[in-house]
Amino acid sequence: MTSNKRSTGRVVTWCMTGVVGMFAFGFALVPLYDVFCDITGINGKTGGRYQAGVTDGEADSRLITVQFIAQNGPEMPWVFRPMTRNIKVHPGEAITVNYYAENPTDQAMVAQAVPSLSPSEGTLYFHKTECFCFTQQALAAGETVEMPLVFIVDKALPEHLRKLTLSYTLYDQGKLQQAAADTTVAASTNGLAVGG
Amino acid sequence: MSAVIDDHTQEHDHGPAGGITRWLLTTNHKDIGTMYLIFSFSMFLLGGTFAMVIRAELFYPGLQIVEPEFFNQMTTMHGLVMVFGAVMPAFVGLANWMIPLMIGAPDMALPRMNNWSFWLLPCAFLILVSTLFMSGGGPNFGWTFYAPLSTTYGPPSTTFFIFAIHIMGVSSIMGAINVIATVLNLRAPGMTLMKMPLFVWTWLITAFLLIAVMPVLAGVVTMMLMDINFGTSFFDASGGGDPVLFQHVFWFFGHPEVYIMILPAFGAVSQIIPAFSRKRLFGYASMVYATGAIALLSFLVWAHHMFTVGIPVAGQLFFMYATMLIAVPTGVKVFNWVATMFRGALTFEAPMLFAIAFVILFTIGGFSGLMLAISPADFQYHDTYFVVAHFHYVLVPGAIFGIFASAYYWLPKWTGYMYDESLAKAHFWMSFIGMNLAFFPMHFLGLAGMPRRIPDYALQFADFNMISSIGAFMFGATQILFLLIVVKCARGGVAAAAKPWEGAEGLEWTVPSPAPYHTFTTPPVVE
Repeated sequence: MTSNKRSTGRVVTWCMTGVVGMFAFGFALVPLYDVFCDITGINGKTGGRYQAGVTDGEADSRLITVQFIAQNGPEMPWVFRPMTRNIKVHPGEAITVNYYAENPTDQAMVAQAVPSLSPSEGTLYFHKTECFCFTQQALAAGETVEMPLVFIVDKALPEHLRKLTLSYTLYDQGKLQQAAADTTVAASTNGLAVGG
Repeated sequence: MSAVIDDHTQEHDHGPAGGITRWLLTTNHKDIGTMYLIFSFSMFLLGGTFAMVIRAELFYPGLQIVEPEFFNQMTTMHGLVMVFGAVMPAFVGLANWMIPLMIGAPDMALPRMNNWSFWLLPCAFLILVSTLFMSGGGPNFGWTFYAPLSTTYGPPSTTFFIFAIHIMGVSSIMGAINVIATVLNLRAPGMTLMKMPLFVWTWLITAFLLIAVMPVLAGVVTMMLMDINFGTSFFDASGGGDPVLFQHVFWFFGHPEVYIMILPAFGAVSQIIPAFSRKRLFGYASMVYATGAIALLSFLVWAHHMFTVGIPVAGQLFFMYATMLIAVPTGVKVFNWVATMFRGALTFEAPMLFAIAFVILFTIGGFSGLMLAISPADFQYHDTYFVVAHFHYVLVPGAIFGIFASAYYWLPKWTGYMYDESLAKAHFWMSFIGMNLAFFPMHFLGLAGMPRRIPDYALQFADFNMISSIGAFMFGATQILFLLIVVKCARGGVAAAAKPWEGAEGLEWTVPSPAPYHTFTTPPVVE
């Protein structure tokens, strides 16, 4: 009996280790997914600040069309648009374009732009040395701003890619926290809040 | 070990306690198995009622019975209740009843935990179903609860839904640990792993799947909980998260989950077909290895549920071929069942009818699964009624027919009486016809482009939808007949012999019918 009890205990211990491990694995999938997307670029998220030299050698003779798109996240009231919609660039040269943003409301707001490049195959070859998307943007009521983006298309860009489209979605960060607070209040007035 | 036997011999005459405490406090595997089965059948009727609301709304084009918001709650709750409330607990109930009897164990290895894992379930479903009465309604985002539908746009009750998922996950994990501990430690002397009945084998593998993926489900709903209530951004693009990540994590759980719902049915059918063919199961070892192969492959195919989110071609090819590879071990199983029947002395009692229908109809569901696995074609089928037809063909005649077959096969052992064979045959034929009427036209609807989870449809889909609804009503109503058959069988009838089926094999048939409250207090010897 004792040996049986002990081996049952051992099975339970192993199983619980498995359970805890798989729970942790579920959470580990989050950074793993980010790393995987970073390496492969398949979710179209262009990476952080590009560190390599800006002018390493001659620019490529190819001409690549880069299109710029801007859109607002849900219930984002800002005016947000690229000041250049279309540009032809040689891979290897550093190009500066500007995006325009205006906060038409009567209160200060904070926003975050999230990039997405299409086709996603080109993501790894699109480098930003300067981008407004690296930080949050705070605008006072009625304020406007021109936000710079400096980028280099990599000379290693595959031959069959002739056109890249960079899209920014602007999300309201001030509103985000406010909405979370609102939900909690609404939920508790309905008697529905648990663990919130 | 001898101490156990001595203890039990002294208490040998103890029957069940009286009254409600018998059920609340029981640690007896047979009582707990019975409670699981009753609970799962009541959930089957509840989830079926939700399905009837869906089919009633879809009987005619246009909106006539329910609001679209409520329709969404019905599709969601139907899926959740059927998956987590009906199919999974039914198999745990069968495991509780039959695994100790099949391997010659006196009870499950962890009887108190067994009691706890059962009683968590009614609590979880009370919480889940109560969300329907909360302001804002119940979950309305589909049983797959994709973010941001379930996070940013979910009703306030979503937090209760998450809590219910957590509780049922804990219950499933405890059930799985119990099965593993029982199978590994409590087998009778001589019952080696490769002598175990296939139902025990498939359940052992299922239990490992449960332990591997239920914690991932708990993880993903925990992330949702934090996104909703604590301001994190796992799935919120504005905060640096990614909604597609939700689908990856969910389907990492979700695909093994579909095998959790079918593997025990494979096992049950592998018991029943040899019994009524009066032959040994063809290819026992290959059945075991095929089950293991299916379980392993199930971890490598999750993204075939999400071809349309924008997966690179290399990824699509990998998941497409990996998915198609599953057809190989599944094909091995189907061929083994057919080979078992080949030149056997077949009789067609209700368990055998359900088992044969299982083999044929599950194979149809498998083929439509292969069609869906073809990535370029999936863009056409995705989120249409073709998908609905596919997974109902594997779940209704797969999982549910497997459960019905098991219930009829072992009812004499549970109740001590034979069920009414002609009523059971009526139940089979009405289920068979109703189910095919309900789900076969959905293939055509889906190929023609009717989207799933929408309360209205274009006029050209009207006829097939009406046929489908009539079939669904027929299938639903027939299940009342099943309830009557079981109640009638429990109350009396022709007394069942210890081994009521001529061709049946296994330790469970060596104990009297009904199985005494305590069995195998002295382990049987298996040669």
